[in-house]
Amino acid sequence: MSDLATVVRDEHSHEHHDSSLQHHFATYEQQMDAGKIGMWLFLATEILLFGGLFVGFGLMQARYPDAFVQAHHHLDKNLGFLNTVVLLVSSFTMVMAVHCAKTEQRRKTLVYLLITLACAAAFLCVKYFEYEHKIHEGLLPGKFYSHVGDTVPHQFVFFSFYFMMTGLHGLHILGGMGAITWVFFRAKRGDFNHKYYTPVDLVGLYWHLVDLIWIYLFPLLYLIS
Amino acid sequence: MANHPTTQAIHTPVKEDVSVNYITSPKGLMSWLTTIDHKRIGIMYLWAVLGAFLLGGIFALLLRIELLTPKETIMTAETYNKVFTLHGVIMVFLFIIPSIPAALGNFVLPLMLGAKDVAFPRLNLASYYIYVVGALFGITAMITGGVDTGWTFYTPYSTTTNGQVSMMVMAAFILGFSSIFTGINFIATIHKLRAPGMGWFQMPLFVWGMYSTAVIQVLATPVLGITLVLLMLERSFGIGIFDPAIGGDPVLFQHFFWFYSHPAVYIMIVPGMAIISEVIPTFSKKTIFGYKAIAFSSVSIALVGFLVWGHHMFVSGQSTLASVIFSFLTFLVAIPSGVKVFNWLATMYRGSITLEAPMLYAISFLLLFAIGGLTGIFLGALSVDIHLTDTYFVVAHFHYVMMGGTVIAFLSGLHYWWPKMFGRMYNEKLARIGCGLVFVGFNMTFFTQFVLGSRGMPRRYYNYLDQFQPLHAFSTVGSWVLGAGLFLTAGYLLASLRKPYDAPRNPWGARTFEWETQSPPITHNFDFDPVLLHGPYDYRPERKA
Amino acid sequence: MSETTHTSTHDNHDANAPKIYAAVLGALLILTFITVGASKIQFGSGMVNVVIALTIATVKASLVGLFFMHLIHDKAMNAIILVSSFIFLGVFIGFCYTDQSTRDDLKPVGLKVKVPAVAGAPAVPGAAPTGAPVAAPPAAAPHH
Repeated sequence: MSDLATVVRDEHSHEHHDSSLQHHFATYEQQMDAGKIGMWLFLATEILLFGGLFVGFGLMQARYPDAFVQAHHHLDKNLGFLNTVVLLVSSFTMVMAVHCAKTEQRRKTLVYLLITLACAAAFLCVKYFEYEHKIHEGLLPGKFYSHVGDTVPHQFVFFSFYFMMTGLHGLHILGGMGAITWVFFRAKRGDFNHKYYTPVDLVGLYWHLVDLIWIYLFPLLYLIS
Repeated sequence: MANHPTTQAIHTPVKEDVSVNYITSPKGLMSWLTTIDHKRIGIMYLWAVLGAFLLGGIFALLLRIELLTPKETIMTAETYNKVFTLHGVIMVFLFIIPSIPAALGNFVLPLMLGAKDVAFPRLNLASYYIYVVGALFGITAMITGGVDTGWTFYTPYSTTTNGQVSMMVMAAFILGFSSIFTGINFIATIHKLRAPGMGWFQMPLFVWGMYSTAVIQVLATPVLGITLVLLMLERSFGIGIFDPAIGGDPVLFQHFFWFYSHPAVYIMIVPGMAIISEVIPTFSKKTIFGYKAIAFSSVSIALVGFLVWGHHMFVSGQSTLASVIFSFLTFLVAIPSGVKVFNWLATMYRGSITLEAPMLYAISFLLLFAIGGLTGIFLGALSVDIHLTDTYFVVAHFHYVMMGGTVIAFLSGLHYWWPKMFGRMYNEKLARIGCGLVFVGFNMTFFTQFVLGSRGMPRRYYNYLDQFQPLHAFSTVGSWVLGAGLFLTAGYLLASLRKPYDAPRNPWGARTFEWETQSPPITHNFDFDPVLLHGPYDYRPERKA
Repeated sequence: MSETTHTSTHDNHDANAPKIYAAVLGALLILTFITVGASKIQFGSGMVNVVIALTIATVKASLVGLFFMHLIHDKAMNAIILVSSFIFLGVFIGFCYTDQSTRDDLKPVGLKVKVPAVAGAPAVPGAAPTGAPVAAPPAAAPHH
């Protein structure tokens, strides 16, 4: 704590005002720690947001267990598995990008960020094919459900949740792609070094959360029996 | 004005030139609209929430006029349903939830910590603009047809009725993000931006209150967000979760809704208690009794408050087992609040008490909050709740805690920090009269409603039996006394802004950091580096600094 | 000052990091295979399958959190935030499920409308017989 008092006074005499250190922070470490707490808190809100959908899904499944089992057979487990692998790989490339930003390997940072983006795009492509199939079969949410030949009623509820949960998740992937692109251009510009790589780290945390959500979505939607 | 000595702050001339301060510099409208100064953002929030309070209050006065007679007085039944819905929505989402944290908290918190700003100043500004957008959605919903579901939006009525439900729900959804971002900002600020020497147990209790509130904001509000999204989707697309006509469960909506909305009431009251923890020691010239107990009780209320939401649902069809569990937990959550009340009283005992407006409001709080909290316990008992639920008893209970509690505490804090925020002292004599009118008017309006409710008057009813009319009429007259007190308060506060700067650094002789800097503060808060030299409630004879 | 020791710990950490990340990725992929495999086996009641699937998912989530998200090296507060969100989510679903599963289904005696079948509910007069094809649900009440 007493270090902080000394640093505060040093900061005033410091002529070089680095714009990457905001004026109300005394050190880069303090800024990074604050940023991390902020991002983790934001991730907690995301967990509770998605969590609400998981709770709704769980309770409706308890209400209509047969309908949910029947309905989920329409999902392609292989595509779900593929998407899981794609996201896990993207998590790896993302954390490698953070590592390279911290160790000042600029080219590698850019490569890893691009691969992460590619994985995200691949995920969305697979999703597109899955959605196309559902639309074709009439397996749609709520009042749009038009699939014929069901022996068990209330399957439309499963698809309401399927589209809400994967849809919200997909929106978060899109947002993540935007954030990764922004960080890509900043890295290209040479903004990051071993003292300041906070944006890459924080975007990485967000991206891992998107992966975490899918880690739970995949078994619950695709693999229940 | 008070006639007790002003504590010498670290560098305080007797009368200093405060013409350069956060209000006057930098100049221009754009400098306000693009500010990242927490003090300016706090002031912008202040005018916004006061505007919301005015609007919600006008709706309340209209409601009470309608209830003067059992039949139609000034509006139709359909209009009445819309007016009480809008009164609730405005007061809850546009006024009370942001009021203390975003308006007073934003201003005071960094100062109290000895910091230059909050952790994320740009996020702070974003939070304000998100509030404005949400408010605009809400106002649009009001003027394009309104909503008549009650602020609780219960299904299936809300999923099937006409009216601007989706737009109003969208407003609440957007406002939720404003609240979340404020919460994130405060937690990070309190963790990382305390002055040297200020450990967790040297922080003012206001900070503990803000921290606990922020935890609730972060954990609970997202669930409201998803609830509102599900409501909009059920309404538009029939997804099948809440509407019983297509196999959904309306009680599930209530679970989703109250999982946020019960912790939300702690978002409302904990900041109020935080203010009381500052005002009482200052005006008793005595250190707070039981600092750690009060600090931990703030955190306990925040956490245990997440476990009791089913007490809003005792007659909804919720299972008996669940109701019993929720009732038991409701009794538990009252304990930390009780601890605080006793500690505040113990602080006052044998203190050197002076009765300026902030203290008068704080003492009012003690009485009114005690009544409100106690009646909450009555309602938490299952057998009693069967009779009192959905009656005016509930209406009286929550007005005692929200208005008699939070609004009174807000007024206390507003008067307490007014000199710091604007550099002017308000008129103390008028303030005392205003407090008296508010206190008397409030009790006339709402104590009557305990009686009405226990005698069977249902809430949200437009018509009522003739036997209830005398009490309704008395309550309405009370609302006029209350309104008069509030308008008087607004009047002398605004009038004080036309005076030249006359507030010293520390008019109340308090011991927390915000009183060490000029009134109003400079943009960067302090012209020295704050280092903690004494505790926040250290009222022992002055040691040489 | 402490900063030099801080940096040298970080240097070690930085050099090994890629290997650790690769190992974690490998573990995650293996666990994913296991999840799919386990879902094909019927472990008695459906509840057990759900528990197994969620347990494996939690192990994967923990690996991502500890290593990819650096919680193992970070200050404890960040982990506390993550765990708290899960705890409160657990509270939410726990209480809701307790309510839903212990309700008595109250149906008026003279009810003539078709009531949607709810798991565990006694047979209700007028309910659609199971086994016959059921069309898509009727259009919901007119929206404005």
